[in-house]
Amino acid sequence: MNPDTTACIAGAYEHPLRFAPDKSIAQLHAECARGALDDAGLSFADVDGYFCAADAPGGIPALMVDYMNLKVKQVDGTESGGCSYISHVGKAAQAIADGRCSVALITLAGKPRSSGQATGTEIRVLPTDRPASAWEAPYGWTVAGLYANYARRHMHAYGTTPEQMAWVKVSASRHAQHNPNALLRKLYTVEDVLASPLVADPLRRLDCCVITDGGGALVLVSAAVARTLKRPLVRVRGFGETVRTNEAGRCDMLETGAAVSGARAFGQAGLKPADVHYASIYDNFSIMVLMQLEDLGFCAKGQSGRFVEEGNLISGVGKLPWNTDGGGLCNNHPQNRGGITKVIEAVRQLRGEAHPAVQVKNCGVAIASGPGMVLGIGHAHATVVLERM
Amino acid sequence: MSDLAKDPYVAAFPETLPFWAAAANGVFMLPRCKRCTKVHWHPRAFCPFCHDTDLEWIAASGRGKVYSYSIVRHPKSPYVLAYVEIEEGLLLMSNIVDCEFDAVHVDMPVQVQMRATPEGRHAPVFGPVR
Repeated sequence: MNPDTTACIAGAYEHPLRFAPDKSIAQLHAECARGALDDAGLSFADVDGYFCAADAPGGIPALMVDYMNLKVKQVDGTESGGCSYISHVGKAAQAIADGRCSVALITLAGKPRSSGQATGTEIRVLPTDRPASAWEAPYGWTVAGLYANYARRHMHAYGTTPEQMAWVKVSASRHAQHNPNALLRKLYTVEDVLASPLVADPLRRLDCCVITDGGGALVLVSAAVARTLKRPLVRVRGFGETVRTNEAGRCDMLETGAAVSGARAFGQAGLKPADVHYASIYDNFSIMVLMQLEDLGFCAKGQSGRFVEEGNLISGVGKLPWNTDGGGLCNNHPQNRGGITKVIEAVRQLRGEAHPAVQVKNCGVAIASGPGMVLGIGHAHATVVLERM
Repeated sequence: MSDLAKDPYVAAFPETLPFWAAAANGVFMLPRCKRCTKVHWHPRAFCPFCHDTDLEWIAASGRGKVYSYSIVRHPKSPYVLAYVEIEEGLLLMSNIVDCEFDAVHVDMPVQVQMRATPEGRHAPVFGPVR
């Protein structure tokens, strides 16, 4: 990519609250926007591009653009579930490279915790217009129940164990203990995870991510704007996204969209998994981290259980420091959408602004990668490769 | 048929009515493309492989095996959410019924049966081969 046209992430902000019953969703979006603009050294008046997904009030960009009274030349309401914001980073970078905007704002916010959502365990009422609804609604799927199916199949195919899956939570908790805003700061052991109640066999409560209010925002700028700013800059070097279909009943459920989005992002960046110093990988469920580690190329297919039980995800211990904010499993999963917090922690690492206990030394290349919606139900995936300038 | 017409999931996709009419009589049908001869799941108004619209409904064998499963620990009544790979080579979401939870396992041979839904249609679920 041409450095003169490559966009930079100049601002990143994670809302400190995890429970916000007294704020509106629009207010949370705007607070996140202000936080990211302050971080960049920019103001609302500088924004000329706005990117959001279905969590924005009304589900479209126009209402938040109106609420914040922005003057925009570029809007994008790409809705890909939890990975929307990773996708927005790629699309904002492209819009900036094309000269269609120069300061792009991305926001996410929501209140599933204060509204009492049981995100993973509630049987979904499916709209009748979804093409597969008639053949899914009778079976009472839950998000946890579907991921449990992939976990069971992974165990059957590769010998993956519940203990290995538990290591994902253990690794996240090693990082979350240093994050004062994390919802769960307790250090978990493998035994703790295995003693937690079964939600959907083989997944237990501690295999699942947290449910939190809050949000986050990112500001991407053109190279010309970037030169006027004082903050450390992070360049968007590669982007990939995909939709993983069920292949009309012929899908291998052990492969996630990461196999496509990761390869595309690494290809555009001209880098490979071994070049990555830090990885944010969306952790809605422990099993999804294992599957993505394989599909992104950080370990061979079927070897992820062994990879994580060796401590490889733990910063300062293993080969691939991962989700050093505590991730969705321990820190934050605002509006049930983990994409933006993955990018934010990658930016902190590349700037050298992660917590000192988890900061990766000389962190020059990071990825943020994750799924949207649910594998098997309409599964998107997005990956960005980021680089410190 | 009158019950079927009231089912909102059937009404939203009228082209799938033959599937539900057969299901009400205990028959599990699959859509097959007359051009490329492939069957697909879930049913569509065209072949998702060659995109031809000339389809026919064929009776499935009704036999398959458990591809994966989970016992969903619903507080009121736990149940088995599963993917079943049917003999025709398709993977479909379903429930495993008439089986102790502890007895369900990957690769378990299963046989289709039709179960009434709250809306009025009948949907395929699978039980152990007796």
